[in-house]
Amino acid sequence: MSGGRRLYLDGVSVVFDGFRALNNLSLIVEPGELRSVIGPNGAGKTTMMDVITGKTRPTQGTVNFGEIDLTRMDEAGIANLGIGRKFQKPTMFDALTVFENMELALKAPRGPIACLRWKLTGGARAQIEQTLEEIGLQERAQDLAGILSHGQRQWLEIGMLLMQDPELLLVDEPVAGMTDAETEQTAALLVRIAGRRSVVVVEHDLEFVRALGRRVTVLCDGSVLSEGSIDHVQNDPRVIEVYLGR
Amino acid sequence: MSLAVLPAAPDARLRLGLRAGLGLFILLLAVMPLLNLLPVSHPLHVSDFLVSITGKWICYAILALSLDLAWGYAGILSLGHGAFFALGGYAMGMHLMRLIGPRGSYGHPILPDFMVFLGYQELPWYWLGFDSFPFAMLMVLLVPGTLALVVGWLSFRSRITGVYLSILTQAMTFALMLAFFRNDMGFGGNNGFTDFKELLGQPLNTTAMRSGLFYASLLALVLSFLLCLRITRSKYGRVLTAIRDAESRVRFLGYDTTRHKLFAFVLSAMLAGVAGALYVPQVGIINPGEFSPANSIEAVIWVAVGGRGTLVGAVLGAFTVNGLKTWLTSAAPDLWLFVLGGLFVLVTLFLPKGLIGLAKGRTK
Repeated sequence: MSGGRRLYLDGVSVVFDGFRALNNLSLIVEPGELRSVIGPNGAGKTTMMDVITGKTRPTQGTVNFGEIDLTRMDEAGIANLGIGRKFQKPTMFDALTVFENMELALKAPRGPIACLRWKLTGGARAQIEQTLEEIGLQERAQDLAGILSHGQRQWLEIGMLLMQDPELLLVDEPVAGMTDAETEQTAALLVRIAGRRSVVVVEHDLEFVRALGRRVTVLCDGSVLSEGSIDHVQNDPRVIEVYLGR
Repeated sequence: MSLAVLPAAPDARLRLGLRAGLGLFILLLAVMPLLNLLPVSHPLHVSDFLVSITGKWICYAILALSLDLAWGYAGILSLGHGAFFALGGYAMGMHLMRLIGPRGSYGHPILPDFMVFLGYQELPWYWLGFDSFPFAMLMVLLVPGTLALVVGWLSFRSRITGVYLSILTQAMTFALMLAFFRNDMGFGGNNGFTDFKELLGQPLNTTAMRSGLFYASLLALVLSFLLCLRITRSKYGRVLTAIRDAESRVRFLGYDTTRHKLFAFVLSAMLAGVAGALYVPQVGIINPGEFSPANSIEAVIWVAVGGRGTLVGAVLGAFTVNGLKTWLTSAAPDLWLFVLGGLFVLVTLFLPKGLIGLAKGRTK
């Protein structure tokens, strides 16, 4: 990634009908960093993702990616800026094959005419195949996405994010419902991806966060409760009280 | 490391079979006007009635294709596609009216009969230019296309989808019907246009002209099919399918889904307009009844019965349902609407993929 931009959230609040989903949240993710975000249900993790990707407008506060103000852009604009998001529930196009799903995600002109004229070049094909190999789905390229297992769907979704060549990857609960082996593979995959790009992982599973082994941010009631290594936050009395101690 | 690189065709054999069947069917249609020339006593003689009604069905099949592009692929369930068909028909009708010239009952050199009757002194501005064939053909595309552009842009950008969009399009065709019923709109009101005399310098009531229109429609059907095939098999077609199944996900991939849907909707409306334009000279009349909401709903049923999202299914459905309609409305006229409704319920409940889905089930 050339240069790389940092994600900068300062004093962000989101209020829904009087409920403060985010409350004066501040967070910085450096270029190439792999950051885990944990917190109890309703801590605002998903709302934070929504704000970064333009799905939800913050009531107040600053959300910058490098020099760019994300609060002024729509979802498609933010996606094209190089911020990719993986949803909690993997969403892909079941009526299309794994390969076609990847092809749609591939960074290329996005207009109707450009898509109508699109021809799959050798370079693009190689790029798709390389990413399929990285996410371990090369054998499934010609299968309909609808018949993939749960774990494979999560990887395909991550693969589709990678096709957009994002600078920042937001990954929401990647290992929910996965087997232990799949969880391990997913951790290794995310560690591989980070460095070349920034990755923010939202997760419940503490074992998984430990396997990632990087900086952890704990959210509670819409703001940051604690931040540091997994050992640091696990020993933070405030964290133990609201989250781990339960 | 070797990878299978071509996009998969899980039911390639079925697809090939359907294509071959369609090709054969088109060929069969193509010889109909020729068989019509045989003496009536000949066993292979095809009656005038059958040729003319098949010509109508071909136009319906084009309408069904256009609807399949919007609904079957892009997920835009338009319950007002009949309006685009009717607007194409009216544009053609205006051209045919201008060509009547002084041969009308009132013998006015320029004004159509209904305008003389209603006391018009001169041609309204929006009738200018329609005496030219190329201009009229341009309007056949532009009028439905522009309406689709405006309605589509307003609804897609406000993210109106699903049943709300269906209701909106239904209201659109209903509003147009009411408007076209009014005499002061300048489109002949209740009676619409009829008594057409000629097209491209040829009288309309000759066998040669009827065959010509038949073949023009057939050619339009084949070209529309190839165009839709080209669209749906491109990456753009896969974007449309993706929008149909998970629009917000497509947006997060960085596609401006409003633009993509608009493009498909406008193209589809133009195809429907072409179908209407070919229909009018064959039936010899166009009136506001063509805007009737029931027409648009019937078109949706053709596509549903044939199997949406397959193109071949749309053509199949248009011919099957209309064949059934023609037979039933003469055999048991009171039953038709019940059968039509029942057909829709049955297909929705038991054949979500239509007749094509039935064929797919058998090959497995």
